[in-house]
Amino acid sequence: MSELRTPLTAWHEAHGAKMAPFAGWLMPIQYEGILAEHVHTRQHAGLFDICHMGEFLISGPGADAALARAVSHNLQTLKPGRCRYGFLLNGKGGVLDDGIVYRFGQDDFMMVVNAACAVNDFAVLRERLPEEVTLSDISAATGKVDLQGPESLDVLEAVLGQDFHDLGYFAFRETRWQGEKLLVSRTGYTGELGYELYISSGKTVAFWEALLADDRVKPVGLGARDTLRLEAGLPLYGHDLDGEHTPTEAGMGRMLTSTADYVGREGAARADEMLIPLRIEGRRAARHGDAVALPDGTVVGRVTSGSFAPSLGCVIALAWVPAAHAADPTFTVCAARAQLPAQRVELPFYTQGTARRKW
Amino acid sequence: MNPQELLYSKTHEWARIEGGEAVVGITAFAQESLGDITYVELPPVGDVLEAEKEFGSVESVKAASDLIAPVSGKVSAVNEALENAPELCNSDPYGQGWLVRVKLTGKAEGLMDAAAYETHCASEH
Repeated sequence: MSELRTPLTAWHEAHGAKMAPFAGWLMPIQYEGILAEHVHTRQHAGLFDICHMGEFLISGPGADAALARAVSHNLQTLKPGRCRYGFLLNGKGGVLDDGIVYRFGQDDFMMVVNAACAVNDFAVLRERLPEEVTLSDISAATGKVDLQGPESLDVLEAVLGQDFHDLGYFAFRETRWQGEKLLVSRTGYTGELGYELYISSGKTVAFWEALLADDRVKPVGLGARDTLRLEAGLPLYGHDLDGEHTPTEAGMGRMLTSTADYVGREGAARADEMLIPLRIEGRRAARHGDAVALPDGTVVGRVTSGSFAPSLGCVIALAWVPAAHAADPTFTVCAARAQLPAQRVELPFYTQGTARRKW
Repeated sequence: MNPQELLYSKTHEWARIEGGEAVVGITAFAQESLGDITYVELPPVGDVLEAEKEFGSVESVKAASDLIAPVSGKVSAVNEALENAPELCNSDPYGQGWLVRVKLTGKAEGLMDAAAYETHCASEH
């Protein structure tokens, strides 16, 4: 099967990126190298091709109440111009997908979802929303690039010629670039100050190049995106989140503040297992799928994500363990070639992130 | 780009024969395929390597893979700099990124010269 291509795939190939399939798409894993791209994003600004993700518009009479019953996001307190992270749940409270809902108006929303889940998400939402609510998949027409890093604000202002200092965390603004509609969202997946930028797919390459023309910006592949998001303690669907586990188990129970009668609400509070953060001294990595044992050797869980953490100089991991052991101070990760002593820590692993910076 | 004086294995290790000893490392192709190397596991001095058998491992951000001995012999030195600077395998795979030095027990066999190795790499692309 051949992979799908984003508007930027040819650009990546022409610029020497190492390409690999991801969620059905041919995506750049790295350009100059994962470590250098990771560090550049933490210190300056990285630019990511995220066109593979899905975007849906939800609008029409009753869209507000209907969407509030379809997803876990609290829409009651979500004002126009703001967006919120949450979940699409199955009937048992398991996570079908995680994503961000943007409110444009009373009955006017955009939802941004994971590439691998987009087809199923659309079908589930269509079934949950009444006929009079319009659900449209604008993924193919929409380009998405993420500009992330402490210098991203300065770059954005320079390229757009506008002030974005007043755009708070999880707020967004619609503007224009070269006459084309552009949505600037103060969100991201790195733990750094940053923006998710939505523009028409036809203008995506030109916009990407305009951002890259700034010396502070370098292109960053999915390899560094993964190490950045893990250090920030942000889960990856399919690894750290899945249909068998609830948001509460993933440590996000306190986000479930919606009082709407949404699908999965009752089950979402279930907590049989907990996703816990682990820190392992040294450089030998824990990997997705490694068993997690108690100090006495009893295997009780498994690693969902694990990597050497470039900004911390040690190895970090997320793992499912039974709720009864979620507060245990120490575990052993059974990696392919060694038993790794692991310490239970708190999220985020990396605490110096600039994501919430204020002026 | 692969030095002419070295011998190469199909599994992308190199050996530089120096009299009765050999210095062993991974090739430029190997480090390029692995990406940024974050950890190198090497045997202690005194261990005996057997050609075509695993003698350690190398991990990058994205993957881990075995190191396969290109020659047989007893480890006489290991590159201790790699413990804190495994990226030397990326930046200088034929120099500062060397892995181990071994005292050979027998002749190096079944290895390729640089030209044959480059043909081999081309076939793996």
